Amino acid sequence: MLPPILRLLATPLPLPLVQGMAQASLTHILREHPGLFDRLGTFAARPIAISPTDAPFDFTLVLARRSVRVTRRGATPPAYATRICGPIVLLLALAEGRLDGDAEFFGRHISIEGDMETALALRNAAESIPLDFVRDLAPPWRWAQRPGQAVLGAVRRSLLEREGVPCN
Amino acid sequence: MQLICPAGTPAALRDAVDLGADAVYCGFRDETNARNFPGLNFSREELEREIAYAHSRQVHVLVAINTFMRAGSEALWERAVDDAVRLGADALILADLGLIAYTAERHPQARRHLSVQAGAANADHIGFLVEAFGIKRAVLPRVLSLTEVAALTREVPCETEVFVFGGLCVMEEGRCSLSSYATGLSPNMHGVCSPASHVRYRKDGEAMVSMLGDFTINRFGAGEAAGYPTICKGRFTAEGRDGYVFEDPVSLDALAHLDTLHKAGVSALKIEGRQRGRAYVAQVVKEIRRRLQSGSGAADGAEALRRMSEGQRTTEGSYDRRWR
Amino acid sequence: MTDAGADPGAGRLTLTLGPVLFLWSEERWRDFYFRIADEADLDAVVIGETVCSKREHFHARAMDEVAERLTRAGKTVRLASLALVTAPRERKSVQRLAAQERFAVEIGELSAVPRLRGRPFAVGPMVNVYNAATAEVLAKLGATTICLPPELPLASLERICAQAPRVGIEVFAFGKVPLAISARCAHARFRGLTKDTCQFICGEDPDGVAVDTLDGQRFLALNGVQTVSGTCHVALDDIDGLRRAGVRGLRLSPQSCDMVAVAQIFRAVSERRLEAAVGRRRLAEIYPDVPFSNGFLHGRPGRELVAAGQAQ
Repeated sequence: MLPPILRLLATPLPLPLVQGMAQASLTHILREHPGLFDRLGTFAARPIAISPTDAPFDFTLVLARRSVRVTRRGATPPAYATRICGPIVLLLALAEGRLDGDAEFFGRHISIEGDMETALALRNAAESIPLDFVRDLAPPWRWAQRPGQAVLGAVRRSLLEREGVPCN
Repeated sequence: MQLICPAGTPAALRDAVDLGADAVYCGFRDETNARNFPGLNFSREELEREIAYAHSRQVHVLVAINTFMRAGSEALWERAVDDAVRLGADALILADLGLIAYTAERHPQARRHLSVQAGAANADHIGFLVEAFGIKRAVLPRVLSLTEVAALTREVPCETEVFVFGGLCVMEEGRCSLSSYATGLSPNMHGVCSPASHVRYRKDGEAMVSMLGDFTINRFGAGEAAGYPTICKGRFTAEGRDGYVFEDPVSLDALAHLDTLHKAGVSALKIEGRQRGRAYVAQVVKEIRRRLQSGSGAADGAEALRRMSEGQRTTEGSYDRRWR
Repeated sequence: MTDAGADPGAGRLTLTLGPVLFLWSEERWRDFYFRIADEADLDAVVIGETVCSKREHFHARAMDEVAERLTRAGKTVRLASLALVTAPRERKSVQRLAAQERFAVEIGELSAVPRLRGRPFAVGPMVNVYNAATAEVLAKLGATTICLPPELPLASLERICAQAPRVGIEVFAFGKVPLAISARCAHARFRGLTKDTCQFICGEDPDGVAVDTLDGQRFLALNGVQTVSGTCHVALDDIDGLRRAGVRGLRLSPQSCDMVAVAQIFRAVSERRLEAAVGRRRLAEIYPDVPFSNGFLHGRPGRELVAAGQAQ
């Protein structure tokens, strides 16, 4: 389960706000890490649904178009080639390379539906770039960067500790 | 003994180098190596850059060109050899007899290792290849017991390298057509075993069903630890009984025998897993380094390795004679 | 059907009987080969144990007798070596084969090669020959005939035949396909035993133990340490294509069915005295209840059967 604080934050969030935040984060991350596309190749055009099992939203990415569409769980999500499900903290830790995707799959903590090639390409592409959500998602304004990173860093640390993921 | 670590991406290579690998093995981004997976492996430019990185830290880079040249497309494999040599690879890991001969003729100075995919399981076979093609090291197939590894290592006129952790081929490597029987794509020709393009997972109530091509490979109950959808670790029916006919989902862990392997004269220990994440490489390298230095591992280290394993279980495979 | 005269690649295809992959009792094994010697229309017969060294003593006594009888009947005899050689006993067995000069050896892996010292030999389907370069390396060492790995598609066979013309290329054309070999005996394990304590239990299943998917699809079969296909590979509809590719011989792998009749059908179809479709129907009567497949030849999953019309 998602820690209460995040659940509290997430549930009442209006969809447009989540959509806006997700799109801004994705745009920023893809600008910071163009190398992602190199490994994804043609798989970048395939829609990928990320479904955190402990949050009420699905995120459908089309990386080639640099777009993400957020839908509420239960609403009809856009068509996807592959869908990755798991607790949100694990998904974020996987993206940062803190966990091994195969191991989490063996332990049945994450599951994958649909096209496995796209899922593998995404995993390997993410593995090859130094993704760091704290650094990548801190506010863009210089005055806010340090405090922003400190807050995000503390949140990440506590979340990872909760899930027992080594944090360094 | 050298520690040989897998690298599927430049990032994993740097992790392995920084964490204490003596050598890293990797492959090009095509079917010339046995881990031809989407988004994995190295471009020429990446290999050049990463060889420089590894060499600056006195770590060797071994390039696996260990599938079999597809008739009519030999140039792809020959170019891989030429490029790996040009880019400064410290050794080439080869399986195809024709490609080994090509390398010996065109690049006599290039160090040649015999891939596990060559399926050379005895001293006569390996000795012949050393004599004929100047093989410097043989990676031993996972069909030998510890006693046999020791006897073979004493007898062959080259170094030996053995797998100590990671995926376990139940069948002799390089001589298995199970995957192509189900999918048309083979480890030997296409560098893929149970290719992602043919794998599907289906939910059936609480259970997860894995399919390879048109065939059901396994069915995992709710919460039951899973493995790769490989046929040799699949669940089947024979004479009305369901079960793992060949082997359970399980990974190889021979770390309890590092001392024996050292005494046997084995030159290098290999970790399987170029398809794995950086977290896997880091965890495994750290644990083996610890054991090589202190002679024993930490209890939590063993637990972490178990969790990294298929089915969250490990086996000593053929190293333990009873496994047979 | 193509006219033989208009087809430049059309030569006579030889028919070779591969070694019995399964463990048959001494009596059954000997009687099988006696009948083959006396009645089957075959050019060559490969005999010997290729799967498991523990089985070797079963046929050791009958071996000479069988080889002589086959030779007297006009068949070329080859002695096959083991595919997986690890134990000292297994290495000795290979060395013994390489030392005798009465019959040609068909190697199951490369350890016999240096001991043959350039004498002509044949290469079995478990040796990885995927391209002409490899075939040429083996030819230089003395290989005269190579039975290619069953998973090779027609396109590869064609290239190898064209670029390594001095070797006679043989193709696996009938039988359950050898797909893998292991140090572990799945067969013994299935019967609650291990390889070391196996009591030769695989001898109780002369056609292997069928392994089906959980959905009940026929899939594989256990044969001791070897895994074979659950289907019977039948290349009858592909004979013209194989001939055009430059293949010189077809290999028939003994199954628990009338192999004399199987050889007759393959001979008749290869000599264009019988339509492949008719031959296939007859084969299904001779070897019933086993699905046919030929997908490997067409670059498809080996489990599949590619119908004659779709075969090009």
